[in-house]
Amino acid sequence: MVETLQQSIERYIVFYATSQQRMKLFTEIGRFLLMLKGMFAKPENSKVYWKEFMHQCADIGIGSLGIVVIISIFMGAVSTLQTAYQLVSPLIPKSSIAQIVRDTVLLEFAPTLVCIVLAGVVGSKIASELGNMRVSEQIDALEIMGINTKTYLVLPKIVAALLVIPMLVVISAALGIWGGRIAGSAAQILSTTDFDKGLLQSFLPYNVFFAMVKAYVFAFIISSVPAYYGYHVKGGALEIGRASTKSVVVSCVLILFADYLLAAILL
Amino acid sequence: MIEVQNLKKGFGEKIVINDVSAVMEAGKCNLIIGSSGSGKTVFMKCLVGLFKPDAGKILYHGEDFTTMGDADRKEIRKEIGMLFQGSALFDSLTVEQNIQFPLNMFTDWTLAEKRKRVNEVLDRVELKGANKKFPAEISGGMKKRVGIARAIVLNPKFLFCDEPNSGLDPQTSLVIDKLIKELTLEYDITTVINTHDMNSVMEIGDKIIYMYQGVKEWEGNNKEIIFSKNQRLNDFIFASEFLRDAKDMRMLEQTGKIDENRNMEDMMK
Repeated sequence: MVETLQQSIERYIVFYATSQQRMKLFTEIGRFLLMLKGMFAKPENSKVYWKEFMHQCADIGIGSLGIVVIISIFMGAVSTLQTAYQLVSPLIPKSSIAQIVRDTVLLEFAPTLVCIVLAGVVGSKIASELGNMRVSEQIDALEIMGINTKTYLVLPKIVAALLVIPMLVVISAALGIWGGRIAGSAAQILSTTDFDKGLLQSFLPYNVFFAMVKAYVFAFIISSVPAYYGYHVKGGALEIGRASTKSVVVSCVLILFADYLLAAILL
Repeated sequence: MIEVQNLKKGFGEKIVINDVSAVMEAGKCNLIIGSSGSGKTVFMKCLVGLFKPDAGKILYHGEDFTTMGDADRKEIRKEIGMLFQGSALFDSLTVEQNIQFPLNMFTDWTLAEKRKRVNEVLDRVELKGANKKFPAEISGGMKKRVGIARAIVLNPKFLFCDEPNSGLDPQTSLVIDKLIKELTLEYDITTVINTHDMNSVMEIGDKIIYMYQGVKEWEGNNKEIIFSKNQRLNDFIFASEFLRDAKDMRMLEQTGKIDENRNMEDMMK
């Protein structure tokens, strides 16, 4: 069938639009890598940078501790109840519930679920803080003073996230398991002794290593992606909001993608 | 002194600055004026290095700022202070911390020395006692003064002010203009001011560059501007009937005659 002129034009428009989108994606990846490269410069004054790093550690770590504690306890409690609900066979010992809760919390809930929540809490904060600084010319003011803004504003956030988020994941795993233990005994599903016995059965230390690898990868995503979107905001308040939302969405998608990739590679 | 030679800057196909050359003199307030979209802000951002020009030279102490290495640029930037249109104060820091920030970054002074210097500059901009206030707690005029204090705390050789009077009432504008003028003379600073405030033009315009659609259209000072024959400049500066009358009065005062395109009847209306 001979292609009509209109069909050719439509086909060209579709091709052009997709190639434009592809180019935009490559441009964004390139700018992201350039931002990361630009971070590694000699600090003007290491004391000021250290102070900023500590400030970020407190902001990301202590600022998110409350939500992490709440989510972790309930996450563990619900896992215990739902696992018990599904294990109806009398042949399966009750202590298996603890094993399942432990491995689920360690392998998936503590690193992935907590990091997705942190992508919202920490990510939106980083993006809107940097976006506001960009729009109100505070970043320009720092540049004019002769300060490398990528080193001063972005690097401490990423390093602080790499230090603090794995700690939050460890706390989350511990609290998740504790929450499961409490829920199990409160609902009279299994005693704390049975739960503790199950916790020690077939324990693989590799699972902890896997959880920590995930925590570091996700911490990098949670801090660097919002920093990129916030740092490159153009416009006003509306664009800050858009950048903040976009950074959370992209971070979450990247976390899920990285989660699958790491599971495929490391397990 | 800053010397600009054949500066060009565009975004995509749109040329914003087209072959502008100028000399910004030390100890003087060098004003860049022009209507919105004439390229004033882009020109200033090129001067301070926030935009990279497409062509031309910007000479600080005779050295080209556009081609020098990062280390040299950093050294020049330490000699630059800038007051932004929206003041650009750090929201999370107090007035004192804002002013102290450049000292923390670039000096190894003791805390007592830094505090002393902060109080000196706060005193100089007449904001004594505002140390512990946050930017959100002070007025627009005060923010501008804190911005000036932060810009001069390291004793800069070059001071850039982007629309220092925007959003201020006429009286506060005059206070800010007076302050900038005094600081320029006191420290022999090369001050570059972007403005479209006519009070500033007439009060502190030691040197005025009028830009029109990215091109330098006129250059002179606040005395010469009254007698300028440039129609675009006259339309821009003396836009209202009131200002045209004021110009005629000033011309009459100084030369005994008024603009040849106007007559006494126009003025008396």
